[in-house]
Amino acid sequence: MPDEARHGARDAVVIPIGTGGRPGRGSGSARPSSAARNLAPAAPKSARKPPGKPPKAAASSRRTPSTDPAAPPRTSTGSATEAQEPAAGAPPTTGIPVGEWLSALQGAAHEVFGDDWERRLAELMAFVRRRLEGDYEVDDYGFDRELTERFFMAALRPIAEKWFRLEVRGLENIPAEGGALVVSNHSGTVPLDGLMTMLTVHDHTGRFLRPLGADLVFRLPVVSSLARKGGATLACTEDAERMLSGGDLVGVWPEGFKGIGKPFSERYKLQRFGRGGFVSAALRTGVPIVPLSVVGAEEIYPLVGNVPSLARLLGVPYIPITPFFPWLGPLGLVPLPSKWILEFGEPIRTDSYDPAEAEDPMLVFNVTDQVRETIQHTLFDLLRERDGVFS
Amino acid sequence: MGRVVLVTGISRDIGRRFARAAAGDPSIDRVIGVDVVPPRGDIGDVSFVRADIRNPVIAKVIAKEDVDTVVHMSVIATPGSAGGRGTMKELNVIGSMQLLAACQKSTTVERLVVKSTTTVYGSSPRDPAMFTEDMGPKRLPSSGYGKDVFEVEGYVRGFARRRPDVDVTMIRAANVIGPHVSSPLTNYFRLPVVPRVLGFDPRLQFLHEDDLLRVLRHAAVTGIPGTFNVAGDGVMVLSQAVRRLGRPSVALPSFAVGRLGATMRQARISDFSPEQLGFLTYGRGVDTTRMRTQLGFEPRFTTAEAFADFCRELSPAGGSRPMEGAGRA
Repeated sequence: MPDEARHGARDAVVIPIGTGGRPGRGSGSARPSSAARNLAPAAPKSARKPPGKPPKAAASSRRTPSTDPAAPPRTSTGSATEAQEPAAGAPPTTGIPVGEWLSALQGAAHEVFGDDWERRLAELMAFVRRRLEGDYEVDDYGFDRELTERFFMAALRPIAEKWFRLEVRGLENIPAEGGALVVSNHSGTVPLDGLMTMLTVHDHTGRFLRPLGADLVFRLPVVSSLARKGGATLACTEDAERMLSGGDLVGVWPEGFKGIGKPFSERYKLQRFGRGGFVSAALRTGVPIVPLSVVGAEEIYPLVGNVPSLARLLGVPYIPITPFFPWLGPLGLVPLPSKWILEFGEPIRTDSYDPAEAEDPMLVFNVTDQVRETIQHTLFDLLRERDGVFS
Repeated sequence: MGRVVLVTGISRDIGRRFARAAAGDPSIDRVIGVDVVPPRGDIGDVSFVRADIRNPVIAKVIAKEDVDTVVHMSVIATPGSAGGRGTMKELNVIGSMQLLAACQKSTTVERLVVKSTTTVYGSSPRDPAMFTEDMGPKRLPSSGYGKDVFEVEGYVRGFARRRPDVDVTMIRAANVIGPHVSSPLTNYFRLPVVPRVLGFDPRLQFLHEDDLLRVLRHAAVTGIPGTFNVAGDGVMVLSQAVRRLGRPSVALPSFAVGRLGATMRQARISDFSPEQLGFLTYGRGVDTTRMRTQLGFEPRFTTAEAFADFCRELSPAGGSRPMEGAGRA
C-alpha cells in the first residue's frame, strides 16, 4: 500500500472523533485517554469486545452519577455522532477510564464510611500504618486501647446489638470516675458475657472495664495475647488492688469456671463466689462494688454434657457438649440468639470500712454473701419479668 | 574522704564501662577492677587486679586496698561466654559466695552493691502484671541463669543478715538494652528473622545501658540499702518491638521455638536459653515505685526510648554486627 493512502486511512478515522488530532479529549490530561488511543487504528477490534464489561461501568456510574468528573466533558465534546457510539462502548476494551475508576472508588468509600468518608478513610490508613510500624502504646498490663476500641469493640457491637439485642438497666450505678469493682454472674459455656459486659460499659459510659481472668486464660495461646490486649489481667490480689487503686473499673466473675461450665439444668443458680478475694481487694482499696446480673447468657450454648477425661487430658476445666456441638461442627459454635438483659445494681460501698478490716474473714464472707444475694435476687426478678428466652 | 570501689567482672563490656564511669566520679577516689581475664578496651584510671573471685585471693585484695564499696556485677547470664554451664554456675554461685565471705571478714567494707536481674521473678501465666520487690517467682527456677541469680540473691540476703552494718543494695535490672549490649535478648533481636511464640505476645520492659551504669553508680555513691527493681517506664509487647525494629518475624509453636533455640545455641549463633523461651512466651513486668521513692533514681530512657536507641544502632548495619566486647569471662 502507498504511504499516502495509509495516512489517508488514519486521518479518516481520527478526524470524526472531533479532537482534530489534539490530545486529551476532554479528560484534562495531556495525553489522549486509552479509550481514544485504542479507537484510532483498530475500530473493528473494539467492536468485537463490547459485551465484556459494560455492566460494571454502568453500575459504577449509576452509583455516583453526580460526582463523576469525567462524564460531562464526554457528552459535550461529542460533535461527531457516528464515532461517538464506539467511543462510549470502547472503554471496556482495555479497562474503564481512570476517572470512572476514581468515581467508583469514591462511591464505594462513600458507601462504606458514610458522608465523612475522606476523613475516616485517612484515619483508617493512619491506623493501619501505626499498627504496622508498632507506633502505639500499651499500658502496664498490655492493654492496647486503640486496638480494643477500633477492632475488638467494633467486631462485638453487631453481635451485641443485632444478635443478643442487649437491654441495659441501671447504668447510673456505674461510677463515672474512680475505681470500682463490677461483680457479675458468669454463664454461657464460653465467657461471651464478659465480652458483652465490657462492650456495654464502654459504649454507655465511655470507660473501659478491665476484666480479671483465670490463669488458664493466660496459659492458652492466642487467647492470652488477645486478653491482655483487650485489657484483661490475671485474677490475683496484686493485680486487682493495683488496678483498683489506679482508678480503673475492674470486672470480676467470681464463679469462674464453675459458673460458665455448669450444666444447663442449673441455669441461673449462682455457684460459690470464689474465696471472696474480690471483696478483700475492694475493702483494701475502699472502692464500691457494683453487682451486675446478666440474663440471657445461660441459653447461648446450653451445656448438656461434658467429657471430663478429655478435659483432664487437655488441662481445661471442661469440654462442652451442647445440643449442637460438636454434632454440627463449626455450625454448632454459633450461639443461640437469646435476648439479654444486663442490670447493674446499686453499688455496695466499702469505704466505710477500715482497710485493715479486709483481714477479718467474717466481714469478707458477709459482704461476699451480700453481693451474691443481690445478684441472685435480681436474676430471679429479671427471669420473672422476661417474656421468653428469644423474644 | 573519697571512696575505694571494687568492681567485679570488668572484663565484660558493661563492667568495664561502669568501672570507667565510676572512676570519673568526684566522690570516688579509686576504682579497682577484678576479673580473671584482663578487660579488652580502655579502662582509664581503673586499676586492674587479675584475681579469680572463686578463691580466697579476693579477700586479700579487699584488705590490701582498703576497699569500702564492693560492686558485684559478674553474675553472667549465658554459659556460652564462660565455656559451659558448669563453669557458669561455678563463676556465678561460688564466685559470689567467696566474694561475700571476703566482705564478711573485711573490716573496711561498708557498702555492697549487687547487680541482679528481674529474671529472678521468672515468667509464668500465673504472674501478676507487675512484680514488686516483695514478690517472689511463682515457680522456682529449676536451672540456668534464673536459678543462679535466685541463689546468689539468697546468699546476699544471708550476708545482709550477718553484717547489718554493711549497706546492701540489690539492683534488679530489667533487660538491659542498648547499642553496645550483647545479651541473649539483644542477640535475639539481632537475628535476621525474629522467631516468636505463636499466639503469645509477651510484655517486655527494657533498661537502657546508660541507665544501668547510672543506677549502679547512684547506688555505690548513696549507699541506700534495699532491693530495687530498675526498669524504664512503660511496657512494650514483643510484636510491637519487632515492628519497630523493622525486622521480619515468624510465629512458631512454642516447642518449635525451643527446638530452634537449642539448635542455635549448639551452632553458637545465639545464646537462646530455655528460660528465655518462657520470657518470650509470658513476658514480665516489674513495679518501679520503690526505685523512685526510696532509691531516688530516675531513668533517663523509657522502655520505648531505650528500644528506639537500640534500633537506631541496629538498622544501618542490617545483619549481625560483630559484637564489641561480647563478654568472655
